[in-house]
Amino acid sequence: MTLLLQALINGLMTGALIAVPAIGFSAIFAVLRYPNFAIASYATIGAFAAWWANAVAGLPVIPALAIAFAVTGVVGVVAEETALKRLRDNGALIVAIASIALNLVLENIVRFIFGNDMKGYDLPLARDLRFGELRIGPQQLQSLALSVVIMAAMFLFLRYTRFGKAMRAVADNPDLARLKGIDPARIAIVTVFLGAGLSGVGGVLIGLDTSIDPLTGYRVLLSVFAAAVLGGLGSIPGAVVGALALGIAEELALIAVPATYRTAVGFVAILIMLTFRPRGILGERAT
Amino acid sequence: MLSYVIFTLTLCGIYALLALSLNLIWGGVGLVNLGLAGFFAVGAYASAIATGAGAPVLIGWGAALVVGAVVGLVVTFATLRLRDDYLAIVTLGFAEVIRLVALNERWLTKGSDGISGIKAPLKAELGLQGFSLFYLGLVTLIVLVVWALLRRLDLSPYGRAMKAIREDQQLAAFAGKAVLRFKLQAFALSAAIAALSGALYAHFQSYISPDHFQPLITIYIFLAVTAGGVGRPSGAVLGAYLVVIFLEATRFATEWLPGLQPVQIAAMREMMIGVALILVLHLRPQGIMPERIPKAPRQPSPTA
Repeated sequence: MTLLLQALINGLMTGALIAVPAIGFSAIFAVLRYPNFAIASYATIGAFAAWWANAVAGLPVIPALAIAFAVTGVVGVVAEETALKRLRDNGALIVAIASIALNLVLENIVRFIFGNDMKGYDLPLARDLRFGELRIGPQQLQSLALSVVIMAAMFLFLRYTRFGKAMRAVADNPDLARLKGIDPARIAIVTVFLGAGLSGVGGVLIGLDTSIDPLTGYRVLLSVFAAAVLGGLGSIPGAVVGALALGIAEELALIAVPATYRTAVGFVAILIMLTFRPRGILGERAT
Repeated sequence: MLSYVIFTLTLCGIYALLALSLNLIWGGVGLVNLGLAGFFAVGAYASAIATGAGAPVLIGWGAALVVGAVVGLVVTFATLRLRDDYLAIVTLGFAEVIRLVALNERWLTKGSDGISGIKAPLKAELGLQGFSLFYLGLVTLIVLVVWALLRRLDLSPYGRAMKAIREDQQLAAFAGKAVLRFKLQAFALSAAIAALSGALYAHFQSYISPDHFQPLITIYIFLAVTAGGVGRPSGAVLGAYLVVIFLEATRFATEWLPGLQPVQIAAMREMMIGVALILVLHLRPQGIMPERIPKAPRQPSPTA
């Protein structure tokens, strides 16, 4: 019983961390209608920007997160405008392929500057909190709180601000949004800034727990995809639900299979979901 | 020097088969396979394990073809009815899972140690130099045969139906084409060709490990097919040869750069691949050898 409960808690914690980049991926997918593989490198760039701010410049975690958000947001917009934007007319698959190439370029810029070595954040050591038999790391708890705050901010943004409403309008029906005078180019830029920024923050949150290297983002990519597909491709609440479901599924599966197969759980979950309910938990249509 | 040229040309042939595989599915029915490296690995391991258990090399290659096709069907069965982006995501995940299996199922794949001593056909009889030449000839011959068959397929009614599906699958379905069946068959055949390429690679290297099947290979092949021309088997083959030459050229070019760490040189080479793919997509998306669309056959006029 304790084992199950502990798995459930761990699952919700990792799920909440995956949810942040998954929201970024889903936002870009919802507005621009293509799967952006470059979010892997955005997560890596965010992780390294925050590492620099934290371990080199000596800033605490929260300002480092803000720096990571701003840096990856700007990198994302510049990359989108130079490498991907002009391909949008050629169809989603071409943009997706270009985003893979873009990911390779950005990942290797990080590798060129920082090398392949693992890097750790400069964090105070603290003992695990214990509740009876259950254990929770204080760092994980802080990351969980941060991701909840970030998600809440994102929902408030989408619900109440002009740009948030315009984003939802474009996601819902681009033609109708244009008729209403919403400029799709501006919305695209805001969306990419947010999506890339959230991916960057997600890279930090995931890196805080362990260590980071140029492949940090790529390792998260499959979980992000799995979360997005489980929740329903293009749905932002779906990305959160999918990420939590994936986190729990991973932890429960790891009771039975070796820990090295963690990413495979997401893959199997995608296949099962696509076979029985392709539109995902909260998605609209998949065909 | 000669052995380097022979080695590179053999690698060109192996990549050409991968490019033909991708071109069949992408240029044919308009689907993308981001898990090419996974199918490549499946074929390599299938043949290495089968011949390791005592089967002759040809049986190993046959096994690779069959296993590749079956795995291709399993991976795509859930996704082919859905939008194309789902297949892209699933195939990417598939390649990663294959790498995990190769790393962890030591009883089958020997894990990260890899499988060594894979049978090299006729090596004892031909000697080292003779074997490399013979193998280059064999790989080139297989590329030619597969190329000719796929070209024939492109011009056949089957190939025309595939391209109709690529252009507008609803219209193709309306015209009575079994869209799902075409997609499944094309994907299985494409996966089998990628697996065959992997098998050829395994017996060429005589050693394979999970490190040989990085996702980077998939990007090389995408660059090859886009540069050569999507939808044209000749373009795919040409693109593969150009990509291997480009890869080797970046190796020599980066050696001349002073003051760089080895990891920085490796990073620069990978960057060049990514930049090249983005540039091709922007500047010449139709490739060096653009697809030729045959004219519709003339309708017999009603008065004749």
